Amino acid sequence: MRRRGAASSTVAAPRAEESELLARLRAGDERAFEELVKANHPTMVKVAELFVPSRSVAEEVAQEAWVGVLQGLDGFEGRSSLKTWMFRILTNRAKTRGERERRTLPMSALDQPDLEGAGAAVAEDRFHPAADPVRGNLWTQPPRPPDEATIAAEGHERLLAAIEGLRPAQRTVITLRDVQGWDSDSVCDLLEVSAANQRVLLHRARSTVRREFERYLEEGNGG
Amino acid sequence: MRLRKPPLTCRELVELVTDYLEGALRARDRRRFDSHIAGCAGCRAYLAQMRATIDTLGELSEETLAPEAKRELMERFRDWKR
Ligand SMILES: [Zn+2]
Repeated sequence: MRRRGAASSTVAAPRAEESELLARLRAGDERAFEELVKANHPTMVKVAELFVPSRSVAEEVAQEAWVGVLQGLDGFEGRSSLKTWMFRILTNRAKTRGERERRTLPMSALDQPDLEGAGAAVAEDRFHPAADPVRGNLWTQPPRPPDEATIAAEGHERLLAAIEGLRPAQRTVITLRDVQGWDSDSVCDLLEVSAANQRVLLHRARSTVRREFERYLEEGNGG
Repeated sequence: MRLRKPPLTCRELVELVTDYLEGALRARDRRRFDSHIAGCAGCRAYLAQMRATIDTLGELSEETLAPEAKRELMERFRDWKR
């Protein structure tokens, strides 16, 4: 399926493609840098936000990280993928900045995902009460299968807004995994979170975004 | 006698969907999941919605870069080139 392919191709980007990109960057090709920035900067800001107190500081940290990337570019040896290396520069800067800002690291949200907006994946009233001897905990109004039709641009906006509304750790995990196509191991490494905790965060995030997806379908779009 | 876990309910199943898709369910729970899905159209639709959501997320281009952020970064790149 698409997932597997996307996950492995994005983080461990095909080596040939990556060395071509590196060569262009080192040669000072502005187009290459612009593409790299477009593809990664918004995600870098989201990741930085896990360590610093505000979006605007996160934006600054991401800007600093790019400077670090440029400074390190000539010395980059390709032992990890370019992306892994870039994001490690980012998290290092973000951690330093977070400590300087004397804030308790919101990373604790990653260590204890239970603290992050606990809640059921699906609204309570979608199931019959547990006490019902026949239909207890089964669907009251079952979901309807989604149409094959692709979701319109407006639906994309809705999903992005739903992601934006998530708590920072959930937002970061779903962005890296599902929007950017990173695999689970890369996300765990970058965020220093266990596979189990990463799954909890991903589960909460996906469940919330699916609810928005269903709402969108029920309004008669894409169905 | 073999201890059997009761069949999954729909409410339980929706909480296992991510572990299922991530391949993190133990064999026995995976079988319970599969056998519930086989007999429940609602949960099949739920799983299909979840897959469609994930696929759609993979097609999103993230929000576009703020023009100031981009301008600043391109300037840094030009400085670095010198
Ligand atoms: Zn069911």
